[in-house]
Amino acid sequence: MNEKMLEVRGLTVCIPTEKGVIRPVNDVSLEIPAGSIVGIVGESGCGKSMTARAVMGLLRHPAKVTGGSVSLCGREITSLAEKEYRKLCGNEISIIFQEPMTSLNPVMRTGRQVEEAIRLHTACSREEAKAKTLEIFRKVEIPEPEGRYNCYPHQLSGGLRQRVMIAMAMVCRPKLLIADEPTTALDVTVEAQILKLLEKLRDEGTSVLVISHNLGVIAKLCDYVYVMYAGRIVEQAETETLFSRPAHPYTRGLFRSVTSLREGSETLETIPGVVPNLLRLPAGCSFSLRCGQCGENCRQKMPELIETEPGHKVRCFLTGKEGTE
Amino acid sequence: MLRTKKKQAEQITDLLLQSQIGEEETFRDLMRRMARENKTAVISFALIVIIILAAILAPLLTPYEENEMDLLHRLAAPSADHLLGTDEGGRDVLTRLLYGARVSLLIGVAPALLSLILGAVLGVAAGYKGGLADAVIMRIADVTLAFPSMLLAMVIMYALGGGILNVFLTLTLVNWANVARVVRAQTLKLKNCEFVEAARVIGVSRDRIMRRHILPNCLPTLLVLFTLNIPASILTESSLSFLGLGIQPPNASWGLMINTGRQYLYNAPWLCFAPGAAIMLIVLAFNFLGNGLLDVLDPRMKKQ
Repeated sequence: MNEKMLEVRGLTVCIPTEKGVIRPVNDVSLEIPAGSIVGIVGESGCGKSMTARAVMGLLRHPAKVTGGSVSLCGREITSLAEKEYRKLCGNEISIIFQEPMTSLNPVMRTGRQVEEAIRLHTACSREEAKAKTLEIFRKVEIPEPEGRYNCYPHQLSGGLRQRVMIAMAMVCRPKLLIADEPTTALDVTVEAQILKLLEKLRDEGTSVLVISHNLGVIAKLCDYVYVMYAGRIVEQAETETLFSRPAHPYTRGLFRSVTSLREGSETLETIPGVVPNLLRLPAGCSFSLRCGQCGENCRQKMPELIETEPGHKVRCFLTGKEGTE
Repeated sequence: MLRTKKKQAEQITDLLLQSQIGEEETFRDLMRRMARENKTAVISFALIVIIILAAILAPLLTPYEENEMDLLHRLAAPSADHLLGTDEGGRDVLTRLLYGARVSLLIGVAPALLSLILGAVLGVAAGYKGGLADAVIMRIADVTLAFPSMLLAMVIMYALGGGILNVFLTLTLVNWANVARVVRAQTLKLKNCEFVEAARVIGVSRDRIMRRHILPNCLPTLLVLFTLNIPASILTESSLSFLGLGIQPPNASWGLMINTGRQYLYNAPWLCFAPGAAIMLIVLAFNFLGNGLLDVLDPRMKKQ
């Protein structure tokens, strides 16, 4: 359990704009132990997907990694040349994108697309690749794999396409799978099935990094959770700890914003305001503008990530002063 | 026992379902579907086939030779002997139309295909690679497009001299830039699609992404460009011949026939009308066929 599959240290991504440099990912450190599911949660635009893209080496111009390191199984990968990076991808790290609708080539039969992944990384014949494809289709529980093999993506439902995507990502048995909002575009029943599938993969030894804004998904799936806000990690803890004792005001705000059937007719709370413009971040804590408990100190400087209990770190001046809810 | 039964049942449902989903569609099925759904395309296709056959079988279809002169019957109006009349040299217009179809069809298809291939390859490369390759290719294309195409064609033809191969070359050099531009734009759009990114993620090489992922997605565009290029090539060749730079007399091409017929427009209008109508027919036929093909070939446009 202690072997680190992925270790990210101080990762910073910069995008130069006309009005100044913005940092959608700012000094992010996270680690994923082998065989576990780790989640990143946060509002839209807080840098979750950007982090995933940076890890995959998929940043689009002009976004650039300007600091920090990413190492896979102890091997530093940010310094690798494009070609080696690509070799690593698919073989050792894979990603499932947010949109199953656009992530498959519309004019290529789904089977062929999965086959392509196999044939790139392993030397095998067409027949072997096809057999492997059908096997993985069965594994990700695609009904009637032989038929789906010849389907074009538009002939499949969203859930099936997402499964094909997962099949494609899994077919070369990567050690790490990054799932960027894997269920956002899907309905709840399919969501549950996909989540089960990810758990199954974890049980078979693949580490998974799940990126989601859906707390339900995170709670159900993850062993460890990072909460991101405006490009920084504001809280990190084991799932149970985080959900029972959220310490950062932002995390608490997130939890309060979840609809619940149990709590009767209370009005749904929201966190006031929106994620701040990254060009005009407040001088102190980036959450200070929306924080109900913001003090003078919070407006002056950015708090550090402090460990409040083993495995639980919070970036807030108020922690410790005030008891948990 | 129960398990084998369950397995059997699964196999049966599998078989049943297989026949419905994902059945491989053969080229024949595609054509059948087009025949069912798009009558115009079928008629166009038939027309093109008839014209091609007529061009090939020209010697069998007319009793006259291509350049057989009959000075006694100059500029004769259409009659039973000469269905479309005769020209200024007493040559049978229908005969020349059939022989001219050989040249005009060849000139329509070959340069259109060549410029399509050249333009597609360069366009995808420019769009996908970007940077220097993009700059160089597109600047050359810009220069090509900056000239009025007719002027450019004339200059090239003048430098190279007449002859059918030079006409091919000229038309290719004039048309590729348009194709390259359109394909590049499409590539830029496709490049940022998630499926291309997904392909990159699994480690597909650049060349392969261009070949297997981007080019096939440009196919509908290419097909439209192709069907538009054929008539354009035929027309450009007509203009070149008209200006005396393309096919040289006494060989016949439709453009050349219109050119020579122009002088007798008042006395013998059939000299222009016959080849003019032929050009119009073939141009329309290719356009309609192109639309029909587009409908059946693009998997996203399939009607249920």
